[in-house]
Amino acid sequence: MKRVFGLVLAIGLAAGVFAEGAKETGPAEPVTITYWQYFFQTKVDVIDILIQRFQAENPNIKVEQVTFPYETFNQKVASSVPVGTGPDVLTLFCGWQPLYVKSGYLQELSPKDFSPDYFRQNFFPFVEESVKFDGKYYSVPTAVRSLSLFWNKKLFREAGLDPEKPPTTLEELAEYAKKLTKYDAQGNVVQAGLAMQPTGQGHSWIREVLIRQFGGEPYSADGRKVTYNSKAGASALQWYTDRITKDKVGYPNFATDDVTAFRTQKAAMNIDGSFRIAAYKAIPELEWQVAELPVYNGVKSNFASFWTHGISAGSKGAKLDAAVKFLKYITSPQAQELWLEKVGELPANPELAYKQANTPYVGTFLKGLGYAKATIFVDEAGQRNVFVNMVDEVILKNRAPADAIADAAKTEQKLIDDFWK
Amino acid sequence: MLRDVRRNTWIAYTLLTLLSIFMIFPFFWMLVSSFKDAEQIFKAAILPSNPTTANYRFLFFDRHSKFPLWFANSVMVAAATTGSVVLFDSLLGYTLAKFVFPGKKLIFLLIMSTLMIPTEMLVIPWYSLSITLKWVDSYWGIMFPGMMSAFGVFLMRQFSSTIPDELIDAARIDGQTEFRIFLTIILPLLGSALATLTIFNFIGNWNAFLWPLIIASGPAKFTLPVGLANFSGELGNEWHLIMAGATISMAPLILVFLIFQRKIIRGITLSGLKG
Amino acid sequence: MTIAGKRIRTAYIFLSIPLAFFLLVRFFPMLYALVMSLTNWGLTARNARFIGLENFRNVLTDKVFLTALANTTRYALIGAPLAILFSLFFAMQLNRISRGQGLYRLVYVLPYITPVVAVSWVWRWIFQPPPIGILNSLIGSLGLPALGLLLDPEQALHSITAVNVWVELGYCITIFLAGIQNIPNEYIEAAKIDGANGWNVLTRITLPLLLPVTLFLTIMQGIQFMRIFTQVYNMSFQAQGGPLDSTKSVALYIYQTAFTKFQLGAAASASLVLFAIIMLITLLQMKFFDKRINY
Repeated sequence: MKRVFGLVLAIGLAAGVFAEGAKETGPAEPVTITYWQYFFQTKVDVIDILIQRFQAENPNIKVEQVTFPYETFNQKVASSVPVGTGPDVLTLFCGWQPLYVKSGYLQELSPKDFSPDYFRQNFFPFVEESVKFDGKYYSVPTAVRSLSLFWNKKLFREAGLDPEKPPTTLEELAEYAKKLTKYDAQGNVVQAGLAMQPTGQGHSWIREVLIRQFGGEPYSADGRKVTYNSKAGASALQWYTDRITKDKVGYPNFATDDVTAFRTQKAAMNIDGSFRIAAYKAIPELEWQVAELPVYNGVKSNFASFWTHGISAGSKGAKLDAAVKFLKYITSPQAQELWLEKVGELPANPELAYKQANTPYVGTFLKGLGYAKATIFVDEAGQRNVFVNMVDEVILKNRAPADAIADAAKTEQKLIDDFWK
Repeated sequence: MLRDVRRNTWIAYTLLTLLSIFMIFPFFWMLVSSFKDAEQIFKAAILPSNPTTANYRFLFFDRHSKFPLWFANSVMVAAATTGSVVLFDSLLGYTLAKFVFPGKKLIFLLIMSTLMIPTEMLVIPWYSLSITLKWVDSYWGIMFPGMMSAFGVFLMRQFSSTIPDELIDAARIDGQTEFRIFLTIILPLLGSALATLTIFNFIGNWNAFLWPLIIASGPAKFTLPVGLANFSGELGNEWHLIMAGATISMAPLILVFLIFQRKIIRGITLSGLKG
Repeated sequence: MTIAGKRIRTAYIFLSIPLAFFLLVRFFPMLYALVMSLTNWGLTARNARFIGLENFRNVLTDKVFLTALANTTRYALIGAPLAILFSLFFAMQLNRISRGQGLYRLVYVLPYITPVVAVSWVWRWIFQPPPIGILNSLIGSLGLPALGLLLDPEQALHSITAVNVWVELGYCITIFLAGIQNIPNEYIEAAKIDGANGWNVLTRITLPLLLPVTLFLTIMQGIQFMRIFTQVYNMSFQAQGGPLDSTKSVALYIYQTAFTKFQLGAAASASLVLFAIIMLITLLQMKFFDKRINY
């Protein structure tokens, strides 16, 4: 009896000692983790604020933000993570995730902290689909974006159109664009009715919106088969290129690019993303508004995308724990609301997003999110280029849209097949 | 006969002036555009209706502008590499000209042959090396390929060979060490050629684009040309700023050019008439 | 040690650092590139395997590479002769005048010493379509239709060639002028006394004596145009070498393969192909001129 008691006491004491010890090594050493983001002023600023708040709540964790230009971001990641000089947490475009996972830059998010239910309950469906790879989750976003139709009220007025009534169907869009285009004495476009820029959001508009509206599907459900080489695809492409070649309401790289054109009031309408809101708000002379993307054949569609945050493969031990905490923090509801306020991008959490239904500008983009699709890219720049070239083939080389889209499908299918090889 | 000559001269002047306009116009247009603000830059008028220095002020003083950093990077990199080129090219050129040792011809040919290896091929192994040695996105990474130049070696060898042997021998008899002789006698005598090499190397390095573009991953390590190429922001291309930026990136060189024109022209001529 | 021996030792000591530099920075990387071209090197050496000549096979059958090669050939075949002919012509005009030579030469060399990136952006600005491009404004005011220039797949390459000629003219003019001025006056006087007219002097005396200089410039300009990169990068939209790959040079192809597709092995093989072509053409040119120079 005494021996059992003695044993229990010993174990109890030992447990106590262990508990004490554990508590002591907890807050002892500060951990520093790095966060990499591509350079976008408002996002850099908001992360700075979030870091300050996070550090206040977690005194033994220090976070360092480093930014790189969008153009060289992938190169930087590709040359640092494999040799161990990469960050702990990093941002990536959702379309880059397949590449990042396959190249081994990201580590799987632990199902304990990021379970399937966690995603299903707190994020839009297209988010949950896009951050998955091979059934595992690899990243979490703070904000999402969609497309809308931007229009310039002053130019509407000048063309005799009601500045409060934007076009709601593709037919109206084409008609309005013709009225809003101005030419000089030689017949050159000096004011584009509709900016046509495949290198901007144009390629996504064709891919996820127009093709569906003309009755087709861009890809198979798993994203591995190109399915837009169809009559629907050709018709969608034809509709797009007809605006350039037949109606002459704009052309790629007019006034340098669509953003410059719209900003300097040389383009009356544009299809662009919610990330443009903050920039245009800063131009007082610009009278603009946004509307849902025009409908066609009764079909509504939109393209959703998002920048997401993942944990780099090289993050381990105490740094990994800190990274998980930081990741949870910057994707929390409070962070999402701050992001909305400072950057103008919609919260990735549907509940929070729908609270904005009546906010000017933002509310319109929100409506688009409801029926939006994200694209599973394997090579975002390469696949974008396929569409840019496809449009160029039609407008610069007079190829029939059916031929151009057939070629594009072949090229893109090869890109996709090579990736999954 | 004389009338023919005079007519020919007159035609020559006309043609040359037309060419000058063609050469100068882009600079004029750049300068004039750099004084227009975001609105005026897209207007048809040639001269700004309301000239402003806002673009320059933004590039130099705005807290979001990295131009001063890029300018400083360019100056530092160009100065450091030029210093190294001047020192080592002259040392190598002098040795090849004035010393007798086995393998001299082979070494010279080897170095000259490197002139034929295009940079486009070397940047790939350079980058790989830089990843391994952790030189990516560092100042040393930008500078290392340019620390010495084969053309400079050639030049220095040419000029060193004109130095009278007696001067060197006299100094040796005096008991001076070889390096001392190089520093105190050879270098001063090479002065004019060194000046030409300095200017050319500085200009060439300032204008370098491919390698600095590759090795820098972030704006902190951009040189001016790389910064200018990456300049388009979230609002598309801001041409008024780009024009001002282009002017700034040229200004030091034009200054150097005006001051040292003779040497520059001479350097160009030398490179062409080395036969 | 003998004095000669000591001198030899000094020479080697002086040589050591510079020689090491050239070996490590110029020769060794060349071999490294050769090795890389035979592997499927990504961006880092991780998982790189030896794959023999597969990179070369892929590159030489890649439609985009072949387009880049065709473009590069056009850059060289159109640009170099243009630069040489124009600069020779203008050098001769310069030789005719007595005052202002220095000033003109100064103006011509200006484009050569300024950063190519900067001038590329300025020309890109000048080449914009209406209503913002000044060149098209001038053309429009003459009542002519606007030129697509950098937006037109048929005109973009020529627009960039023109800019590169503009950059190189001053350099070539300066060298030609020096060459012309090097020709002893007595030759020309003697020929004139013999009754030769301007044309004869040009074709029988000046041009033949300028042959070495012309050879040098042709080779240099040829190589320059074959390596063209900066203008293509800065004058094509998003540095893609478009529209429709019509301006893509081999150098840009190499850059894209290495740094946007992250395939250093494939890029190395493309760069070796470029190197081989440059060497081949240079040797051919030297042979061609060699027969003519040694009359």
